[in-house]
Amino acid sequence: MKLDRRGFLGAGVAAAATASAPMVMAGSHGKPKVVVIGGGAGGATAARYIAKDSGGAIDVTLIEPSRTYYTCFFSNLYLGGYRDMASLGHSYGGLAAQGINVVHDWAIGVDRDAKTVALAGGGSVPYDKLIMSPGIDFRDGAVEGWDLSSQNAMPHAYKAGSQTELLKAQIDAMPQGGTFAMVAPPNPFRCPPGPYERISMVAHHMKNNNPTAKILILDPKAKFSKQGLFQDGWARHYGNMIEWIGPDFGGDMVSVDPGAMEVNIDGEVTKVDVCNVIPAMKAGRIAELAGVTNEAGWAPVDPHTMATRADGDIYVLGDSSQQGDMPKSGFSANSQAKVCAMAVRGALTGSATFPARFSNTCWSLIETDDGIKVGASYEATDDKIAKTSGFVSQVGEDDATRAATYQESIGWYDGITADMFG
Amino acid sequence: MNILHTWIASAALAIVTVAPIPVFADGDPDAGERVFRRCISCHAIGPDAGNKVGPTLNEIFGRVAGTVEGFRYSRALVAAGQEGLVWDDANMDAFITRPARLVPGTRMSFSGLRKAEDRANLIAFLHTLTPETAMGTAHLVPGDPELPDEIMALVGDVAYGQYLASSCVTCHQVGNTESNIPSIIGWPAPAMVTVLHAYKNKNRDNDVMQQQTGTLSNEEIAALAAYFETLE
Repeated sequence: MKLDRRGFLGAGVAAAATASAPMVMAGSHGKPKVVVIGGGAGGATAARYIAKDSGGAIDVTLIEPSRTYYTCFFSNLYLGGYRDMASLGHSYGGLAAQGINVVHDWAIGVDRDAKTVALAGGGSVPYDKLIMSPGIDFRDGAVEGWDLSSQNAMPHAYKAGSQTELLKAQIDAMPQGGTFAMVAPPNPFRCPPGPYERISMVAHHMKNNNPTAKILILDPKAKFSKQGLFQDGWARHYGNMIEWIGPDFGGDMVSVDPGAMEVNIDGEVTKVDVCNVIPAMKAGRIAELAGVTNEAGWAPVDPHTMATRADGDIYVLGDSSQQGDMPKSGFSANSQAKVCAMAVRGALTGSATFPARFSNTCWSLIETDDGIKVGASYEATDDKIAKTSGFVSQVGEDDATRAATYQESIGWYDGITADMFG
Repeated sequence: MNILHTWIASAALAIVTVAPIPVFADGDPDAGERVFRRCISCHAIGPDAGNKVGPTLNEIFGRVAGTVEGFRYSRALVAAGQEGLVWDDANMDAFITRPARLVPGTRMSFSGLRKAEDRANLIAFLHTLTPETAMGTAHLVPGDPELPDEIMALVGDVAYGQYLASSCVTCHQVGNTESNIPSIIGWPAPAMVTVLHAYKNKNRDNDVMQQQTGTLSNEEIAALAAYFETLE
């Protein structure tokens, strides 16, 4: 579906704000213009690489509402008490200093005929190439009884920031011997090991502060990422504290009552003290508004360039894309951003392009100095980004290996955030 | 940019103005050995060489200025090193053109080599004294492979290397910051080639590195090495 001008105007946006709105960018006429929506692992990286590698030949505008970006990756370590929130926050000053026009505003529509992006604050930004990396949004009605109005009672904490801090406060305030429940999401979703690392971090906290607490995972999936490694670690470190309820036992038949703080598991009602609801996901809403998503809610892309199947001048990176075998992770988004940046530069300036290649590694922490990882390499085929080979940590690795894996993850965090934000 | 950097830049500029082609790139080490006779009264070289009136010149390239152990330098040269002077062909060429111009206050009382050809040859000769530095053996560990000549001789494509390197810099920071993961910029290409093959061949442990290198061809490894060597 391609939006016409009426669709672009959108409900609630004054006509005057778009039709006669001033263009945000001024000057440097004649240079090709790239607009990037979303300043996370995909968008910030793409913006930075295009600006850096084009040497000023391309105008780059980054649209991102947050002044400070809190990484979702490593936010579980904050819940476990290993990081403070400030250590997860990053500003966009470094990107601005590299010549990127950083606009702190919401992109609320895309006019694909006029090739402009409308901003919530009024005005619009013209583009020759548009890169979107808007992360995830939640599917309406994914968990019966839950919607965004109940996210204070039952936080998702799956977009880092105030939600993460809220969940942490609730974990800290849990009564002795209370119950923490997580409603885990169905596939595909952001950060496949994320819910299970989070469980590990909550268990770590409880072991030290609330040792009689119980942790319930209500999971619609029959299996999950690094399952053997997590379950081995949970048994070694946390005894019987954690109970995983898969679809065989009603994990796929869950509804919640945020007012009563109850979860209903296939008819059986349980009172809980903290409930982390991670609903089913879809692409960030702006991708849907631009008309580049499919029925499943994701944006199919050409694996060679990350250009959307719907519009060759719009690229979608990271969680929002439907690309094939890569997990939805910050590492993947960063990897895809580099391929996309090369392709976009090549298209706009004729610079050299090389065959796309991708990689991903996801590190998780189970308990202090007990880190695990899973990773793979990928190539672009015409159908999809296809996995070529991979590795995963093994059950029974020695302590030194696990500690080194955790240390490596810290190095990766510092490396990727430097790679994203300059 | 600090004053020294400005100095070095303008010195380099002056050289470029006089001789547009950086001739030090292709000097003759044998001829340079003859030029070196003018240096030998103050500088010792070769195995077990120590400091004399001047410091030993073994393994000078890639070394921070003013850091040979046990040698008492002028304050000026130590300061130059602290401010970032690391010996390479260009600044060595500038230095031996007239030492006191590049580093005012140096104790090296040598007026300089006026002929660009002499300087190029001398630099070529000094490179032969630094086989370990040139090979970057400091980066190697026991068990790293001895690679066949045809692999070591591959000349990498820097532009391709830059693209491939975008995978590396997700973890290895560009710049000298090391946070649990080593800095890999500025490594001599032979060392980088050897280490990448060590991971690819599983001579070295680390799942992520084995995974990353496992998909690289010999040419791609050469390209990466060529690119990282250009970074400072």
